[in-house]
Amino acid sequence: MRQLLLCPPDYYEIEYEINPWMSRARGAEVPVAQAQWKSLFNKLSSLDCKIELIPPRPRLPDMVFTANAGLTIGRRFISSNFRHEERAGEAPHFARWMEEHGYEVVWLPKDLYFEGEGDALFGGDVLFCGYKFRSDINSHRAVADILGCLVISVELVDPRFYHIDTCFCPLPDGGAFWFPDAFDEYGQRAIRDHLRDLIDVAPEEAIHFSCNAVVLGRDIVLPEGAPKLVATLKDRGYTCHPLPMSEFLKAGGACKCLTMFMPQRERISE
Amino acid sequence: MFSETVILRGHIIDSLILPKVLDQILTQGGDFKIGEIKIGQNRVDQSYAQIEISAPSHEVLDEIVRRLRQHGAEVIEEADAQLAEAPLDGVFPKDFYVTTNQQTFVTLAGVEIEVRPALMDCGVVIDRAGLRASAKKFHEVRRGMEIVVGHQGIKVMPVQRATSRTAVFEFMSTSISLEKPKSGVIREMAAELQRAREEGGKILVVAGPAVVHSGAVSHLEKLIDLGFVDLLFGGNALALHDIENALFGTSLGIHLEHGSLAERGHENQMRAINAIREAGSISRAVETGVLKSGIMAACVRHGVEFVLAGSIRDDGPLPEVITDTLEAQDAMREKITGVTTALMMGTMLHSMAVANLLPATVKTLCVDVNPAAVSKLTERGSFQSLGLVSDLEPFLRELVTNLAR
Repeated sequence: MRQLLLCPPDYYEIEYEINPWMSRARGAEVPVAQAQWKSLFNKLSSLDCKIELIPPRPRLPDMVFTANAGLTIGRRFISSNFRHEERAGEAPHFARWMEEHGYEVVWLPKDLYFEGEGDALFGGDVLFCGYKFRSDINSHRAVADILGCLVISVELVDPRFYHIDTCFCPLPDGGAFWFPDAFDEYGQRAIRDHLRDLIDVAPEEAIHFSCNAVVLGRDIVLPEGAPKLVATLKDRGYTCHPLPMSEFLKAGGACKCLTMFMPQRERISE
Repeated sequence: MFSETVILRGHIIDSLILPKVLDQILTQGGDFKIGEIKIGQNRVDQSYAQIEISAPSHEVLDEIVRRLRQHGAEVIEEADAQLAEAPLDGVFPKDFYVTTNQQTFVTLAGVEIEVRPALMDCGVVIDRAGLRASAKKFHEVRRGMEIVVGHQGIKVMPVQRATSRTAVFEFMSTSISLEKPKSGVIREMAAELQRAREEGGKILVVAGPAVVHSGAVSHLEKLIDLGFVDLLFGGNALALHDIENALFGTSLGIHLEHGSLAERGHENQMRAINAIREAGSISRAVETGVLKSGIMAACVRHGVEFVLAGSIRDDGPLPEVITDTLEAQDAMREKITGVTTALMMGTMLHSMAVANLLPATVKTLCVDVNPAAVSKLTERGSFQSLGLVSDLEPFLRELVTNLAR
């Protein structure tokens, strides 16, 4: 059974602006955000997985986005080095919690920015990593050294899709759904070279962070607002669970950002 | 050209980072050379590429490197050059670095210093206090001087071969056949000389006595009168035949007007030498009215500096001729500062000697009736040389006609 890490949104709000979605003038409706998070928690709980909760910390509103805490493979947790000072304070809390729960914490060199599962997703036995806005490409090489797997580094070119998990979602059958325009042409080609059966998400659906989805076997939990994608996935045999995510979109996050797999992979070759 | 070496590591082939980086270098106006590449054997093996980027300016290079850094390119810090002391006067240390005629930089204490002048077949003498690197010939070496050894910390910036033929010097033509259409080439050469003058570059002419034999004295004189010669290098023979012609109308006793042998013509050369020696120097001979016309007289009249280097077969020689070869080399080397264009005519050995003193950035134009002489000069590896097989008289006539327009 998959194990997920979530963080309750007790201190969640828009306190700073570090991506184009965030505007302190347009704060999150706290009760609505809490209800949306609760519905995600309930939905995931109803599916085939086990959920762990890390206690939230005051003044770290984005701790709710656990996907950015790090990357877990087996019992090893590669901790993130956040690019923005505003989020850097999250790292020690996540690392301590992981250590207390029996994971070996691995740190990357301090000068390499890396934002965890937000920028590192396995598709088949290849780790697809996004770079430029948040993670450095050289952090990918360090991750490849630690894990001994093939890492495909792809450049993100649209600041709205600043993490790879905002525009790319691998599927267990080997394909993925993605928003190609978020990548440069070399990145698009590299992804096409390594994955078949790619589902292109239309811009008007991608903008709802439709790719920011949690895939558990044949179940896919994703933000609402992508009827075409849901229909396509249904045809492929997946069951989609669209959820309202408006209050987290205000911070540039949705279902997947709110979730970290523990581990994302048991081992490199599955 | 300015250059920087970067390395790329990781899954740069599968991620298409390597082609992306190479494409970006080109689209931003740079060029690249892959120094070393190791491709991972297995799927998970990482690859490695060392790329030397060159660009026409520091700004372009910095911008390219800045952009490439975000794709993971790491700049290699150049190691310092290694130095050793000269063991004896006139002797370089073993394994001394031998210069080319290309712009060269030496890294010392992390700082890049340009080697001056860009002179081939020299060693590099380092002055640590003054942070200077100088190309020196054997005879300039003194025991204990610090000399660059090995190849570490040395960067050579080759003059790039242009890809489009926008000007005659910007492409290298190894085809020097007699059948080549000459008029167009000469016209463009004239334009190049014009450009050199407009841009304030010095024009050097290296000429052999064939200029006189072929009856081209008046054309070269005109070229000097028009202000297209700043510096003249030749031997005793060029000056002597020119002066004999000016004084007696003969060259080696042959009337240049009608090609017939002058009576007791063989004496003319000796009498010419004697007249100049009596005057004290070529310059004095012009000033005192002994010498009134010809190439040398035009040089004196217009203040064109000349260096006459002696050879073993010289008669006389004339007073200004420098008979010590090393001294002559030094004198020529001293004068070539600021030369941007060199026109070499009718003397293979003298032209070779001068070409060895010139930095690769100097545009050289070689004209000789002998194709072998032209190819020897144009195939020295300089990308900015152009050869033309032609008799000198018609060549100079046409060149001057073009310039006089």
